Amino acid sequence: MKEFLTNWAFFGGSILLILIGLYGVLTRKNLIKIIIGLSLMDTGVNTLLVSLGYVNGGKAPILTSIVSSSTEKFVDPVPQALVLTAIVIGVAVLALALSIVMKVYEKNQTLDISKIRGLKW
Amino acid sequence: MKARNIISLILIIFLAYFLFQALNLVPGFGMANIEERTATHYINKDVNSKKEEIKFNESKNPESGSANMVTSVVVNYRSFDTLGEVTVLFIAATGIGAILFRKRKKEKTMMDEDGSLILVTGVKILFPLLLLLGTYIFVHGHLTPGGGFQGGAVIATAFLLMFLAKKNYKLDNSKFKLIEGIAGITFVGLGLIGLATKGYFLMNFLNNGVIGSSFSSGIIPIIYIAIGFKVGAELAGIISNLVEA
Repeated sequence: MKEFLTNWAFFGGSILLILIGLYGVLTRKNLIKIIIGLSLMDTGVNTLLVSLGYVNGGKAPILTSIVSSSTEKFVDPVPQALVLTAIVIGVAVLALALSIVMKVYEKNQTLDISKIRGLKW
Repeated sequence: MKARNIISLILIIFLAYFLFQALNLVPGFGMANIEERTATHYINKDVNSKKEEIKFNESKNPESGSANMVTSVVVNYRSFDTLGEVTVLFIAATGIGAILFRKRKKEKTMMDEDGSLILVTGVKILFPLLLLLGTYIFVHGHLTPGGGFQGGAVIATAFLLMFLAKKNYKLDNSKFKLIEGIAGITFVGLGLIGLATKGYFLMNFLNNGVIGSSFSSGIIPIIYIAIGFKVGAELAGIISNLVEA
């Protein structure tokens, strides 16, 4: 059981987050819940990308006075750098989506997409 | 259950099968071999030069002088992608300002009264401390974990706290837009200076110094300071637009 969790906790958990977020986007009728599903998918993808670079027994990729030489074993720094960008872009997309939802609510007074004309399910 | 839910569930199980099959292409968790990836060149700092061992506080003028390897990847080796990311954030903040524009200000604000006594008193102490913490994080981006984006987010949290505590707190949007514009011009300007002096856009044109000291690694701290100001001002502007609309 412990070995199964060690090998599959990160990959399986990230893929589970992506699928739960996708289920939320597909089946919910409240606009805010759809956006929450989108944010869950973002988090799942970012965790999956970072966990692909883990090395057993590797240290954080920063040279300090304790870990002072570049020949020691480090964790892969490239996925971490790319996920930095991805997190910021996720924040920007989420903020823009929420501002559009605010305008839609002002016009239609409801957040139910089956009642808003033009967004028919 | 409704038909839509069942069809979605079937679709997701289908997708889950393919995602888990794709995991067979990757070595298992923790078995990544760094020597076969490009990360080994970023760790040993030998993308363009010969391979030699980099030691903390001893190596003088290596290829990319930052002790934090993620910073050297984000701001030095792949700084063009960071420029694209800063542009995306700028477009999103401008778009929010344009969508939520309102000619007449709203009569009723979002809150009827100030926050509770503990919150108001705590924010008076926490606001300058949070600004200091955010500034420390982005100034030391090349030595400790952190950098411009993280420090900017902490600074925006300080402004969010002020919005939560006071009833009619308003931000002067024009000053924040000015800071954001100057920081963006600094980033592109440094790239153009690199193009003029060394022949490549965003090339490091200052000496790299000794790894691990505060004044090291060329233009990396300057770029991260510009990014820190820009992201902090942008996120605070987004929060102010969302509250006041």
